[in-house]
Amino acid sequence: MAQVSSISNEQSQTAKSVTLKISRYNPEHDESSGFMEFNVQYEKWTTVLEAILDVKKHFDHSVAVRYSCRQATCGSCGMIINGKPRLACFTKISELDSNVVTVEPMNNFPVIRDLAVKFEKLFDTHQKIKPYLIRDDTELVSDEKEFLQTPEEVEQYIQFANCIKCGLCNSACPTMATDSSFVGPQALAQAYRYVADSRDKGKDSRLKIIDDSHGIWRCHFAGSCSQVCPKGVDPAMGIQLLRGYMLGFKS
Amino acid sequence: MRESTVMKIHYGTALAAVALVAVHILMRLTMGYAESLEYENVLANYKFVPYAIMLEIILVLLAVHGFNGLRVILLELKQGRLYEKSVSYGCLIGMIGLIAYGSRTIIMTNMGIV
Repeated sequence: MAQVSSISNEQSQTAKSVTLKISRYNPEHDESSGFMEFNVQYEKWTTVLEAILDVKKHFDHSVAVRYSCRQATCGSCGMIINGKPRLACFTKISELDSNVVTVEPMNNFPVIRDLAVKFEKLFDTHQKIKPYLIRDDTELVSDEKEFLQTPEEVEQYIQFANCIKCGLCNSACPTMATDSSFVGPQALAQAYRYVADSRDKGKDSRLKIIDDSHGIWRCHFAGSCSQVCPKGVDPAMGIQLLRGYMLGFKS
Repeated sequence: MRESTVMKIHYGTALAAVALVAVHILMRLTMGYAESLEYENVLANYKFVPYAIMLEIILVLLAVHGFNGLRVILLELKQGRLYEKSVSYGCLIGMIGLIAYGSRTIIMTNMGIV
C-alpha cells in the first residue's frame, strides 16, 4: 500500500493536466451533440483511451466508448481526436502537443452513443468483396502441399493484410461523406489485397463487385485514407493499383 | 454498360478533347486572334469540311465527357434507385440533345444555310 502511495506521489509530481472535451450524444434522447469538459492528469505515456477511461472511472461512468485490446490490434477505439481520425489507444496525449484534447465519434458512421459508432456497413462491404482466397482446390486436403509464394509475390499484398478494420480510412474519406453507397477505401484496399494474391483465383468475380456506379471509380484519390491508417496500410495506392487491373494495365 | 467501360470512355474522351481543342486554339494563331474570330472567318472555318469534322468530333467528345462528369457529380451528391436512374437517363438525353443541336449548327453553317 505504501509502495502504491509512493508511485502515486511520484506520478503526481510529473503529471500534467489537460482538458479533455468529449462529444456527448444519444440519438434516442438528444437532438444534437454537445461537449463535456473534464480536467484530467496525464503522464507522457498516457493514451487518449486511458484518459477517457479515467473520466469514466472518476467523473462520469456513462461516457460510451468502444475498446478492447489497448494495443492497436483490435481496431475498436477509432475516433476523431483533435480533428483527425486516430486510434485512442495508439495516441498519446503528450504527442498531441495541445492543452485541449477533443474527442468525437468517427465521421461517416452512424453514432450509437457518444464515441461509439455502428460498424455494420463497414463489415458488410468488407464481406461483400469476398475477403478470402477463392480457388477450387484446397491445401487442407491430405497429400496436397501448401500454396507456396515467392517473397516477391508476398510483397505485392502483404501491407494490405495488416488492415485491422478500424474504419479510420472510411472516416477520413471525403467521398464517403457525400456518397452513402460508396464501397469505401477499407473494402477497396481489401479487394486489392486478394486480387494481388497469387494464390487467389477469384479476381474476375471480385472486380465485378467493385465495378459499380458507387464502386472503385468514385475514389477521387484525396489520399486522406492513407494518411490516417494506424497500421501503415496505403488504401489510396491499393485503389489505384486496382484501377490498373480494371483498365487492363495489369492482368 | 459496366462502370469501367463508361470510365474508359470518360478518360479517353478527355485525352482526345485536350488534343483536338489544342489544335482548335492553335488554328486561331494562323492569323491574328481577334481577326480569326471575325464573323466571316468563323463561317469560313465551318465551311472548310475537315475543320467542320474536327468541330463535330470536339462536340461529341466534350458532350460525352461533360455529361458523364455531371452524372458522376450528381450520383455522389444524392443516392436512391429512382434518383440514380433519372440522373443517368437525364444525362444521356441531355448529351444526345446537345450533340444533335450542335451538329445541326455545324451542318447548316457548312451548307451555307446560316
